[in-house]
Amino acid sequence: MITELGHFALILAFLVAIVQTVVPIIGAHKRWPGWMSVAEPAATTQFLLLGFAFAALTYAFVTSDFSLRLVVLNSHSAKPMLYKISGVWGNHEGSMLLWVLILSLFGAMVAWFGAQLPPSLRARVLSVQAAIGVAFLAFILFTSNPFLRLAVPPFDGQDLNPLLQDPGLAFHPPFLYLGYVGLSVCFSFAVAALIEGRVDAAWGRWVRPWTLAAWIFLTIGIALGSWWAYYELGWGGFWFWDPVENASFMPWLFAAALLHSSIVVEKREALKSWTILLAIMAFGFSMIGTFIVRSGVLTSVHAFANDPERGVFILMILAVFTGGALTLFAARAGTMEAKGVFAVVSRESALVANNILLSVASLVVFVGTIWPLAAEMFFDRKLSVGAPFFDMAFTPFMVVLGLILPLGAMLPWKRAKPGRVTRQLLPALVLALALAGLTWAMQSGRSLLGPVGLFLGSWLVFGSLTDLWTRTGRSRDLRRLMRLPRADWGKSVAHAGLGITIFGIAGLTAWQTEDIRVANIGEPFEVSGYELTLNSVERVRGPNYFSTTANVTLAQDGQQIATLYPEKRSYPVAKMPTTEAAIDYRFLRDVYVVIGDAQGNDAWTMRTYVKPLAGWIWAGCLIMALGGGLSLTDRRYRVAAGARKAPAPAGVPAE
Amino acid sequence: MRRFREWWGKTPPYILVLCLALLAAPVWAVQPDEVLDDPALELRARELSKGLRCLVCQNESIDESNASLARDLRLLVRERLVEGDSDAEALAFIVDRYGEFVLLKPTTGGANWLLWAAGPLMLVAALGVGVVYIRRRSHARAPGEQGLNADESARLKEILDRNDP
Repeated sequence: MITELGHFALILAFLVAIVQTVVPIIGAHKRWPGWMSVAEPAATTQFLLLGFAFAALTYAFVTSDFSLRLVVLNSHSAKPMLYKISGVWGNHEGSMLLWVLILSLFGAMVAWFGAQLPPSLRARVLSVQAAIGVAFLAFILFTSNPFLRLAVPPFDGQDLNPLLQDPGLAFHPPFLYLGYVGLSVCFSFAVAALIEGRVDAAWGRWVRPWTLAAWIFLTIGIALGSWWAYYELGWGGFWFWDPVENASFMPWLFAAALLHSSIVVEKREALKSWTILLAIMAFGFSMIGTFIVRSGVLTSVHAFANDPERGVFILMILAVFTGGALTLFAARAGTMEAKGVFAVVSRESALVANNILLSVASLVVFVGTIWPLAAEMFFDRKLSVGAPFFDMAFTPFMVVLGLILPLGAMLPWKRAKPGRVTRQLLPALVLALALAGLTWAMQSGRSLLGPVGLFLGSWLVFGSLTDLWTRTGRSRDLRRLMRLPRADWGKSVAHAGLGITIFGIAGLTAWQTEDIRVANIGEPFEVSGYELTLNSVERVRGPNYFSTTANVTLAQDGQQIATLYPEKRSYPVAKMPTTEAAIDYRFLRDVYVVIGDAQGNDAWTMRTYVKPLAGWIWAGCLIMALGGGLSLTDRRYRVAAGARKAPAPAGVPAE
Repeated sequence: MRRFREWWGKTPPYILVLCLALLAAPVWAVQPDEVLDDPALELRARELSKGLRCLVCQNESIDESNASLARDLRLLVRERLVEGDSDAEALAFIVDRYGEFVLLKPTTGGANWLLWAAGPLMLVAALGVGVVYIRRRSHARAPGEQGLNADESARLKEILDRNDP
């Protein structure tokens, strides 16, 4: 019964979305306030209906209602509760429902917090937002309906893909979708602005919080996914340049670019048409990501729907929205005249450089991702584009970006004296160089990668600290820092976070050590200064899997520092094995232990990695997200939000 | 377009099924018994393996993959190196048998130059546009300082002249 109500709510939401698309935009065009004001209640209603539909599906998963096809395919009665819930979005249909739920949530949030927007702009934004909703709701209802019943329900389900039964991955998709879909608001704002033909500083200020929020969620989502890959896939890689990873990385890069260019719009009224274009591209690439994941055109570990019909449908949505927006852009971009004037050396120019590097880097990832497809279609060649290509083609952009970032972040607006900034940053540069030189001397003649990465990372961190230090003024009064706008804090924190991530990537890539051996039980062995002993291997039974669990002690200088339990699991229902690496997380390094197959009596294959600075990669991402969060709470967004709470002009109505 | 659809339709399920079948009987990436005695040779083998794609997996190198076919390829690479092949010869040997699909780092031959040149070309184009934009902005005048029109300069001249003794 609840399932049918959920299905019905989904259909109703589709109808409400159609109304929300059509009525407000006509109202905005004709200046009919009544028609325009349909948008807000419609947005709220749509969100509530989809929330109900999603809750109904979750209920079916939680109660293991095996009359639902989706539940049968992706759940099992013995599965832990957390994964029963995360199973709702651990599949194509359910994740699409989450996608539109978040889409409608963002639409509703524009309606709730957008009271200070001009009514016609708000109506148009909500209308565009609803149009995206209509397209994806049609996609769900006509090609991927989660509420389909089975005529003959089986006794139990087929279980969720065991790789997805993991806390890290349970929350990875919702965050990623919050990011992907958050960019839809920027897209709607861009299209609405194109229809209005007006982009000004205020528009920049309205768009920025949405971009920030989307970027924060994307950052967390990508970091979670990368961390999951690190501990779950069994060899401790953190990024594989897999098509689906790239699908999330491209919007992230574009969102980062958009974040920076909308500052220029807000503060200096320049880069307007470029910012609009970026907003369109950012969401366009989110949809390309959706297309890549769900069509199966590119083989990937993650692809979970390999259905041409669905692929074509998403391709059509993509073509209509991106194509339509770009056409509108071509027609209207000329009307957006820049106002701000700035010198060649200025913060504005630095941000232009940032945008060039981020967008081109993103396009390089895009070209690499679709090249196998293009080569096969046009040149009849079956080839692969893998990590070695991306490492070579993408990394230089990030190196250059890292080099100029601290300089650009401290250049004043409009017109800058380069000498002044270089003088201020000199100590940071010297420190970073010294650190790189020291590591180069210590590692004696190995690759340059480590020292270069450490230099970049520390240059970014010290650069951010310098930026804050200069804000204390001549008096070096630290209390002034507390009065800095949150956005400035956010900037320094996020940039430092990027530095820490680069630090971690460099450390892990340059100095990882690996050991593969057959370990005998009770016989200690040494891996780069650590002594490991395989004590025992036991067969254990988990809630819905069987496990071979090893007990390994880790010792350093004769002192035991940890006991690790690497596992090998097999899920009988899903018929899939997984590895659960055991990791001793420390500040400066991780020790990563994987257990393999039995090799005769009391001997097992064991792989051990010592991964220096591994944790810094994700810590840096979290710090970046934290920086974004600080910036999001900046007072000027709240001032704008608070304005609507101010009492209406206290005039006595003339009666 | 026809080929596209054909390829689209058939490839993924086949790969998925194969991968699942292989996963059901797990073997592990680089086994102890595969490791060569000569560390220099082993290091070269590892480096080569990182650039070769596991044919039945989804975007994994044979160095990372647990599939048995990946193991065969790893052994093949080591065999070639032990027999005295250079890195390039060993790669050519494998590409001859498995096609360029196994190379994770695409060659620069044929249309692939476009792939490799895409980054630099786009960067040059973007820098060009950026430089033009920045120069135009730095020469532009902000609204309100558009300069004086003929009437205004005449009037200004009149005022200035009046003050002259």
